[in-house]
Amino acid sequence: MGWLGPEEWQAVALSLKVSFWATLVGLPLGVFTAYALARWQFPGKQVVNGLVHLPLILPPVVTGYLLLLAFGTTGPLGGTLEQIGIVFAFRWTGAALAAGVMAFPLMVRAIRLSIEAVDPRLEEAAATLGASRAWVFATVTLPLILPGILAGAILAFAKAMGEFGATITFVSNIPGQTQTLPSAVYAFLQVPGGEAPAMRLVIVSIVIAMGALLLSEAIARRAAARVAGA
Amino acid sequence: MTLSVEISHRLGGFTLDVEFDAPPGVTVLFGRSGSGKTTVVNTLAGLLRPDRGRAEVDGLVLFDTGTGRWLPPHRRRVGYIFQEGRLFPHLTVRQNLSYGQWFARRSGTDTGFDGVVDMLGIGHLLTRRPGALSGGEKQRVAIGRALLSAPRLLLADEPLAALDEARKAEILPYFERLRDEVSVPILYVTHSAAEVARLATTVVVLQEGRTLRQGPAGEVLGDPRIVPAGVRAAGALLVATVARHHDDGLTELDAGGVPIFLPRIAQAPGRPVRVRVAAHDVILSRARPEGLSALNCLPGRVAAVRPGEGPGTLVSLDTPAGTLLARVTRRSAEALELAPGTACHAVIKSVAIAPEDISGP
Repeated sequence: MGWLGPEEWQAVALSLKVSFWATLVGLPLGVFTAYALARWQFPGKQVVNGLVHLPLILPPVVTGYLLLLAFGTTGPLGGTLEQIGIVFAFRWTGAALAAGVMAFPLMVRAIRLSIEAVDPRLEEAAATLGASRAWVFATVTLPLILPGILAGAILAFAKAMGEFGATITFVSNIPGQTQTLPSAVYAFLQVPGGEAPAMRLVIVSIVIAMGALLLSEAIARRAAARVAGA
Repeated sequence: MTLSVEISHRLGGFTLDVEFDAPPGVTVLFGRSGSGKTTVVNTLAGLLRPDRGRAEVDGLVLFDTGTGRWLPPHRRRVGYIFQEGRLFPHLTVRQNLSYGQWFARRSGTDTGFDGVVDMLGIGHLLTRRPGALSGGEKQRVAIGRALLSAPRLLLADEPLAALDEARKAEILPYFERLRDEVSVPILYVTHSAAEVARLATTVVVLQEGRTLRQGPAGEVLGDPRIVPAGVRAAGALLVATVARHHDDGLTELDAGGVPIFLPRIAQAPGRPVRVRVAAHDVILSRARPEGLSALNCLPGRVAAVRPGEGPGTLVSLDTPAGTLLARVTRRSAEALELAPGTACHAVIKSVAIAPEDISGP
């Protein structure tokens, strides 16, 4: 991309990396959480549900600050993780954590809806045909909720690309380290003559967001057509 | 290959308390909606855990609340044909069929894929998805899928209830072939007397969660006591042999030495057939009737008389062809002085016997 300056390109690349890992690591956890919320009855279910949705309704700055308290080098989790070599504070990994946490509720909601749409009677049928619970999940539930998982992943990726408040609070705005695309736009707008690079990043943002949206629609349409037969 | 079942279960205000044994062949669980039929079948499949009970098929205990044994559904090898098919929408017909077969193979048993596909006539559907199948085709695939899982026991829960009459007529013969060609015992749930008559080797009648009557199909269907269980179209089962086809479009059956004429049927002479005769199509006469248009007249003796709630009375009659049921008015029953032991004749119009009431052997 010749028309992007090195600093802008760095921000785009970092955002893609951060969003990719935030989505990938969040996905298994998201499927598990969505399944538990959709299918299981357990004490404290409403509390878990609330915690999952909290980042959606809290001001992002608050989420970022809470992450800083927990995962900062002096925080209870951050300190422990640092001993085994995992550091979040002021690293790209921290940006990925912040993006992942912020995107998690959207991902869980999309997947949970698709799980709730699966007819449990199909899973019963699979069991009578000899499939254990794990096989039922792998061969019936998972394929049926795949469109929901993909939609949730794309939504989470797009959200992660746009995450700003929690990221900048948690890991600051260090070019090349933690300066994601939105942070870069913000930084460019703070200096004279930054409008042009900011505008270029805005265009990249719009292209990625629209692309994700169209992709998710296309996947949903294909899945619907497949199940409808022919 | 026998099944023995004993289940007690409370569900809200409903209490199920049944006990029956199913010999080889088709055992029909028969009763009104809400009599507990589906609960029994779900318990056998392992989809519902009963409060108390025990079930054993062919020496294998499926569950026993006395010892705490509970075999999970996937280890029971029970083929379940559901009312609504329940085919996997994301798989092709071939994949649906292979689904259970794959798990059966892992446990060392296999049923020939091609044989089952041929028997059900679904070879041309293999590449389609369930969404592109008609109701009858779906049900045939569902039967095949259950068969290919190499089941010890086949359960069929009103498999025809969601189909129209034409589709029912299309699927019923496949169940007859299963009964005659596959050695797996079949537990078949229905509230249709016609299906009972065509398929049942043994009938278990359920009423309000209890076993009202169980026994061979001919005996149970000829028992007027089962009428309250929902046999709105009560009717008995005659077992006969095709004697010859006549040129005027009639087929003559030999029912225990008595000729019975009915509209031409497909079965060849010498073949055994079962004919359901609806109780309201039977006329009773003390004297041997003369000058009647009806072709069929069976001599017999009254076995039981059961007055109904309305003006009707149900009379069961022992004839050389088996037990017949006749629904007459109470007034006629009194006028004819019908009582157990009374000799009388049963008159049946040939055209009253519908093709869907006839099945071979």
